Amino acid sequence: MKADLTVDAKGLSCPMPLVRAKKGMDQLNSGDVLELISTDPGSKNDFKAWVQTAGHELIDIYEADGVYTIYVKKK
Amino acid sequence: MTEEQNNTTLVVFSGDLDKAIASFIIATGAAAMGGKVTMFFTFWGLNILRKENYTSSKKKDFMEKMFGKMMPKGPSKLGISKMNMGGMGSKMMKKVMEKKNISTLPELMEMAKELDVNIVACTMSMDVLGIGKDELIDGIDYGGVAAYLGDAYEAKVNLFI
Repeated sequence: MKADLTVDAKGLSCPMPLVRAKKGMDQLNSGDVLELISTDPGSKNDFKAWVQTAGHELIDIYEADGVYTIYVKKK
Repeated sequence: MTEEQNNTTLVVFSGDLDKAIASFIIATGAAAMGGKVTMFFTFWGLNILRKENYTSSKKKDFMEKMFGKMMPKGPSKLGISKMNMGGMGSKMMKKVMEKKNISTLPELMEMAKELDVNIVACTMSMDVLGIGKDELIDGIDYGGVAAYLGDAYEAKVNLFI
């Protein structure tokens, strides 16, 4: 999937992946796609809640070997 | 999507390291969720905001001087709420957290500032404990109960820590 920006939060713990994602999102325009990579086991649920609350659109979540890759479209 | 605001307020009453870390994790997380965040620091919580190795130029009476000396100065001097063991517990906790790549309290505080978290020091508690404005970190607001409540009425999440 093509992303307009990738935020690599591998190795970071809560709340840093979220904070990085928010900062990444701030740089994007509406409709752009953000790719998030995280190894925090809480990420999956965290990002689902974040996307919902912030009003963005969750496109996909991939999980492989403890690495979560999440694609979010900016509102 | 409606433009509904998810604002958060936290009353940080405790000056324990673990509770301070929890407070700032929630505050930075809430800011990342997109809402306005206000942290109201009162009583022992004010110690989190104190500058390190700084002696106030404020004229203090005996009790105020005692408070000033006995209370921790800043985030690196705080103890943990359980198993502190004269500071050893706090050191061990910091080590464990570093190993697990968890942000330190000063890092979280820096992050909160970057995310425009509104930090308010309770002026009444400052008066009680004899803490001068010059003793606290820069870039914060000062207020009383109404300042906190005003924000709390407009918030969906209100925590007392």
